[in-house]
Amino acid sequence: MQITFQQVEYRYSFNTPFEKLALQDINLSIPTGQFLAVIGHTGSGKSTLLQHLNGLLKPTEGLVQVGEHQIKAKQKAKSLKSVRQKVGIVFQFPEHQLFEETVLKDICYGPMNFGVSEEDAIRRAKELIVKVGLSEEVLNKSPFDLSGGQMRRVAIAGVLAMNPEVIVLDEPTAGLDPRGQREIMDMFYELHQEKGLTTILVTHSMEDAAHYAEEIVIMHKGRLKRKGSPEEIFSSADELFEMGLDVPDVVRFQYQFEHKSGKKLPKTCLTIEELASAIRTVSDGGEVL
Amino acid sequence: MMEKMIFGRYVPAKSILHQMDPRAKLLFIFGFICVVFLANNFVTYGLLGLFTFSALILSNLSLRFIIGGLKPILWLILFTFFLHVFFTKEGPVILDLGVLSVHEEGLRQGIFISLRFFYLILVTSLLTLTTSPITITDGLETLLNPLKKVKFPVHELALMMSISLRFIPTLMEETDKIMKAQIARGAEFSSGPIKDRIKAIIPLLIPLFVSAFKRAEDLATAMEARGYQGGEGRTKYRLLSWHKKDTGALVVLALLTVVLIIFRG
Repeated sequence: MQITFQQVEYRYSFNTPFEKLALQDINLSIPTGQFLAVIGHTGSGKSTLLQHLNGLLKPTEGLVQVGEHQIKAKQKAKSLKSVRQKVGIVFQFPEHQLFEETVLKDICYGPMNFGVSEEDAIRRAKELIVKVGLSEEVLNKSPFDLSGGQMRRVAIAGVLAMNPEVIVLDEPTAGLDPRGQREIMDMFYELHQEKGLTTILVTHSMEDAAHYAEEIVIMHKGRLKRKGSPEEIFSSADELFEMGLDVPDVVRFQYQFEHKSGKKLPKTCLTIEELASAIRTVSDGGEVL
Repeated sequence: MMEKMIFGRYVPAKSILHQMDPRAKLLFIFGFICVVFLANNFVTYGLLGLFTFSALILSNLSLRFIIGGLKPILWLILFTFFLHVFFTKEGPVILDLGVLSVHEEGLRQGIFISLRFFYLILVTSLLTLTTSPITITDGLETLLNPLKKVKFPVHELALMMSISLRFIPTLMEETDKIMKAQIARGAEFSSGPIKDRIKAIIPLLIPLFVSAFKRAEDLATAMEARGYQGGEGRTKYRLLSWHKKDTGALVVLALLTVVLIIFRG
């Protein structure tokens, strides 16, 4: 599902003394099936941007096009519901949205809101609970008896159960242990490839952005600062530091290596293997520094 | 949705009302609430109106914002108005609609009661609009201090108040967040038949309760961990200071009272 932003501007509390410009001049196009990462400092407008993807916020100016649906100011709520089925959002700390008596019912809540039959919803729940790394027995437990990490997985299953074509992830791994983070991200990546989902990941983790994304967008003070492949984005580390952002460990190593050795590597490396072989090409016979 | 809400909201700005001592403002409001009931004819209601609007101007807040924020209350005022208009059966009939008739006294009552309502809401909103919650509680605590003599838990009450005020925005934010999460999962809060809408609240309320209790527990733990013991021997970071304008405000209120008593019918 192709998504485009045209001249989008958003102001919070429009027409009150609290009015605050959160987004301006956003032009962005996300082709079907892309894995896009959105990075930016706290308050840069990342979360505001993603809420436009399914009409939770409507632009005060400009237009968001999701597939054949348009989202603009003064849009009727009814026409937005069909967008919401196509675009699933996993919010930050999604475990806060759990409410049902059992995990099964909670996972079925989303799809049944969109008119999926109960049988179908249950079938999806059984399939997804395994997908997110839990066992089927969990389905009959109360979500509030689970651990934080398990609750997170249940909540994610609840969003996936809607069978969205676009999945938006707002820091889906915040607060999880490193292993849990890796597992969840790998799961999303697998789903992305398996189902050809368009995936939009809002993250603070430069490692994740470098590792999973095909394209990265940098948000800064409500504007779209840059867009490019991970190599392009991370090749200008100085610019990122200036915006208070970080680079992945590997890139940082390369950055410091180049500064200390005075030698320029042929390209920006994103994995340790790439970096090692790149260093090998510039260092002849072990004399690097 | 709640962006336009003005009740209980503080809008930082620079104005005489913002700089006034919270104690003066609290006393003033308390006095005003009593004084409003003195008015009983067009002159006195007019005076009160003039007074309320000057206060509004002194607050330096955008009129459009305040009027916009009062909109939800407008229905309540209109309801009161019509209730009085149609159910007071005194004085000569001025309009006869068959089943319903409007009497002169009814119309008068309707106008007066609605005005009284309007003034009260406006002035009390001005208090919260121009005073930060923490200052209100500080003021209240000092004003209630004498009650300590009769073992009234003044400090605890003030603490409870400031905690609840402090968490209103947090809860609003949380509500907004959970609402959005459920809307993203296909919930509909603002359309569909009433029955469905009431049902739609459950997915909002349960997570909200869960997080509110969790927050309360965390706060209690944090306070205990830092050895919080209540008001005994506790000093304040912000000190209240009474200025001439605070005395002035109370004098103005006293004058208003006198004038109202003179002009009331």
